Amino acid sequence: MTAINLRELWRRLVDPIDPVLFGLLAVLLVYALMVLASATNDFIGRFYSQLVNLGVALAVMRVAAQIPPQRLMHLALPVYIGGLLLLVAVALFGDVSKGARRWLNLGFARIQPSEIMKIAMPLMLAWYFQKREALLRWKDYVIAVAILAVPVLLIAKQPDLGTAILVLASGFFVIFLAGLSWKLILPVAVAGVIGIGALVAFEGEICQPEVKWPLLKDYQKHRVCTLLDPGSDPLGKGFHTIQSTIAVGSGGVLGKGWFKGTQTHLEFLPERHTDFIFAVLSEEFGLVGNAFLLILYALFIGRALMIAANAPTLFSRLLGGSISLIFFTYAFVNMGMVSGILPVVGVPLPFVSYGGTALVTLMLGVGILMSINRHRMLVQK
Amino acid sequence: MRSEEFKNPEQELYRFRQRVAVAGVAVLIAFVLLFARFFYLQVVKHEYYRTRAEDNRISLVPVVPNRGLIVDRNGIVLARNYSAYTLEITPSKVKDLDALIDELATLVDIQPRDRKRFRKLLEESKNFESLPIRTRLTDEEVARFVAQRYRFPGADIKARLFRQYPLGEVASHAIGYIGRVNDRDLERIEREEQEANYRGTEHFGKTGLEQRYEFDLHGRSGFEQVEVDAGGRAVRVLERMPPIPGNNLTLTLDVKLQEVAEKAFGERRGALVAIEPATGGILALVSMPGYDPNLFVDGIDPQNWDLLNNSPDKPMVNRALNGAYPPGSTFKPFMALAALTLGKRTPQQAIADPGYFVFGGHRFRDDKVGGHGMVDMYKSIVHSCDTYYYVLANDMGIDNIAKFMRQLGFGSRTGIDIDGESEGVLPSQEWKKKRFKKPEQQKWYAGETISIGIGQGYNAYTPIQLAQATAALANNGVMYRPHLVRYVENSRTGERRMIEPEPLRTVPLKPEHVEIIKQAMVGVNKEGTGARAFAGAEYVAAGKTGTAQVFSLKGEKYHEGRVKEELRDHALFIAFAPADNPRIALAVLVENGGFGAQAAAPIARQVFDYYLLGKLPKGAAPVDEAGGDGD
Repeated sequence: MTAINLRELWRRLVDPIDPVLFGLLAVLLVYALMVLASATNDFIGRFYSQLVNLGVALAVMRVAAQIPPQRLMHLALPVYIGGLLLLVAVALFGDVSKGARRWLNLGFARIQPSEIMKIAMPLMLAWYFQKREALLRWKDYVIAVAILAVPVLLIAKQPDLGTAILVLASGFFVIFLAGLSWKLILPVAVAGVIGIGALVAFEGEICQPEVKWPLLKDYQKHRVCTLLDPGSDPLGKGFHTIQSTIAVGSGGVLGKGWFKGTQTHLEFLPERHTDFIFAVLSEEFGLVGNAFLLILYALFIGRALMIAANAPTLFSRLLGGSISLIFFTYAFVNMGMVSGILPVVGVPLPFVSYGGTALVTLMLGVGILMSINRHRMLVQK
Repeated sequence: MRSEEFKNPEQELYRFRQRVAVAGVAVLIAFVLLFARFFYLQVVKHEYYRTRAEDNRISLVPVVPNRGLIVDRNGIVLARNYSAYTLEITPSKVKDLDALIDELATLVDIQPRDRKRFRKLLEESKNFESLPIRTRLTDEEVARFVAQRYRFPGADIKARLFRQYPLGEVASHAIGYIGRVNDRDLERIEREEQEANYRGTEHFGKTGLEQRYEFDLHGRSGFEQVEVDAGGRAVRVLERMPPIPGNNLTLTLDVKLQEVAEKAFGERRGALVAIEPATGGILALVSMPGYDPNLFVDGIDPQNWDLLNNSPDKPMVNRALNGAYPPGSTFKPFMALAALTLGKRTPQQAIADPGYFVFGGHRFRDDKVGGHGMVDMYKSIVHSCDTYYYVLANDMGIDNIAKFMRQLGFGSRTGIDIDGESEGVLPSQEWKKKRFKKPEQQKWYAGETISIGIGQGYNAYTPIQLAQATAALANNGVMYRPHLVRYVENSRTGERRMIEPEPLRTVPLKPEHVEIIKQAMVGVNKEGTGARAFAGAEYVAAGKTGTAQVFSLKGEKYHEGRVKEELRDHALFIAFAPADNPRIALAVLVENGGFGAQAAAPIARQVFDYYLLGKLPKGAAPVDEAGGDGD
């Protein structure tokens, strides 16, 4: 009898979980823990605490997988407004650390409201487009952009460029998937390419210390400039990029072997268990290891996009699509910065970097995707 | 109204899937781009990066700046640097450490304590740094090693800067010390975003001013690009960015005065804080016993560490900032001032003192059997009458007392520029509610207020709080933040950043009330409990003695010989001088010293004599240069 009960319990537990998505995720997580073990070699406590983080995050995923998308829809507006109010509160009374105002002290705990926005933003925009589904006009895109811009500006002001980029991307994906006209997308893309091109071409002049950049803080300017010329500050800001590029390059095709990365273990890699963990992976597992990771991510994102494409309602389609592409943004920005083609912004490698908050947010996203998939099937039944 | 475009769900789904397909292709393109970048780095440029990883660790060497000096208000050096050769081992390059050390010992004198210290450093260190096995090599030892260097891969001689505290134990609790960087220091470095600047730094301020002003004292690291041979030794410098030395600190502290004060304590434990009332500048900050900060600089050996940590005298505790003691009768002038300010007493109002005060069936006794007779405010302070203050405390009530005393800084951190100051305990109804968990313990009983009046009961303040309050009284209620640093000086440009006196607040006191209390405190030293200590003084000093009971022996083991001393009362004394224009205000505490008049007041006398008249106590030599050799 107990056997039957246990089986029943197990069935209920795994029922909402999509085996394909979860299978890919499991492989990714095992790979990630291998890398983390090496990166935290002399600080093994971090490895164990990441195991705890992982347990919590998986529980969050399982709970999210249970919640039907309709329920999420009702949550969209309150969560978004709540997140927005918290961001305003941060701007007014937030704790300052390392020159940035990102945390809000609630007395019993410190929270980073910008993290909430990573999920709240796609929820809100997907809800908005669903609501306006039948009568979508250009005006709705303007409102959508406003919904997106306010929190992004608040987060960029903190300043937290990494999170601002992620929130911006998550909102942009919804708008893009909702059908924003190519006529609007293409010019912006072209302007972006020209802007970056100009930056590279005139680096010598605009990186002089006297030159102030509009909108960006000095340290952000510094990061862009060190990306363009890491040699200008070899012990300071350029150190991260130089050392991580060396780590990646010295890994070669097959890598130096697990636990054998010299850059990693001689402590030349800063933040090697958090934002720069990809350098550890690259150094120890080489091009082959990198390719394996890229393929895993590609399959995972592909599966996630498929779930979105087959979702029954506009809301769940947009939400699922945006979440899938956010995984991509995390991965691309992080690997880009570690390999020296993007500036150093605080974006972790998804599912791999040490850190509980990001992991929980990501797993929440996975859970929502699973929920979308499961409830599609339920609707069909 | 424009007609809305009708949306066909099929068509919409089609368009969505189209968009998803576009996104999917974009993802693939981006990943291919990344792969191309990896291919470029890991295949095309692999050789280049492999070589760079190979000589990475040696190609760029940070050059650690000279740490700033610390000097007293008259320019006497309290902390400086000297350079010396050390013999260092990089453990990761050595297979058999013990064998190597044995070999080295044939060339260089290596004592068992050097080995022990090395072991300790090894445990604390991260894997890849080089650690000193011997410091301060003689020229001869250097020459012997260099001639045979090839035999010892993994060992090398380095010229390093060392911190030295030339006065040894003097003012050790104020200056603090530096030690090797540990994980906690690294966290602070990260918090301040100083990682780049500290890449080559091995030492970090651990306590005192060395800790608080770490980022001023450290300076900016430079770096050298060096070419190295196969053994990892620098062959020549290719490029050099010189470091910028740290800033110097000039203190308000007068180290000669400090020494007079420390000597006056002799072997006794205790604390003394002397403040310049008009600025809040600290003239002397004594916590006895002290310790020799030189022991910590290149890693303290386990033997000395145990000695310092396990000593019953607790030399590592800064009593002036972290010891909380009942103020005893030194609390009375402040109580009297509160009574005047709140209108609870007039100076002339007198009580008849039978030698006790009965409250709730309990008899609170005065020291003097039979009592002091008729006692007015002046007499209550001069002769330290307890009964007067039992009655007064009862009339005022605990919250009135707490409210007044809080303004004088009792029970709050003073904000002195040393980290880790204690708060002490300013008892009040609210405090008791927070302090205790059980409801029956949370209630304040009126009987508990009685002994608060004579500075006993829950009262517990740090010596620096007591000194600050005394300075505030001397300064007619104008309070300054106590501070040790007068200015921070840029060692290259000589530019000075003054630490301006920071007025904390002005306690609303009536000048005539302050005058009454001051006169009574002058009376203490003229005809009262302080008269003996101040007999024949060439200036007018105001003071108040205090004796605080120690009653915390419950549950402790009986130690023969020690218990008796530990049971003895703490002796206290607060004072300022000259009374009409105070230049110095202080609080003295002698742990288990007995009567304040006997143990603490004479210390204050010696400090005043030196500070106001330049007179050294009999038998004392002028500032001695005793180095801190330790043992």
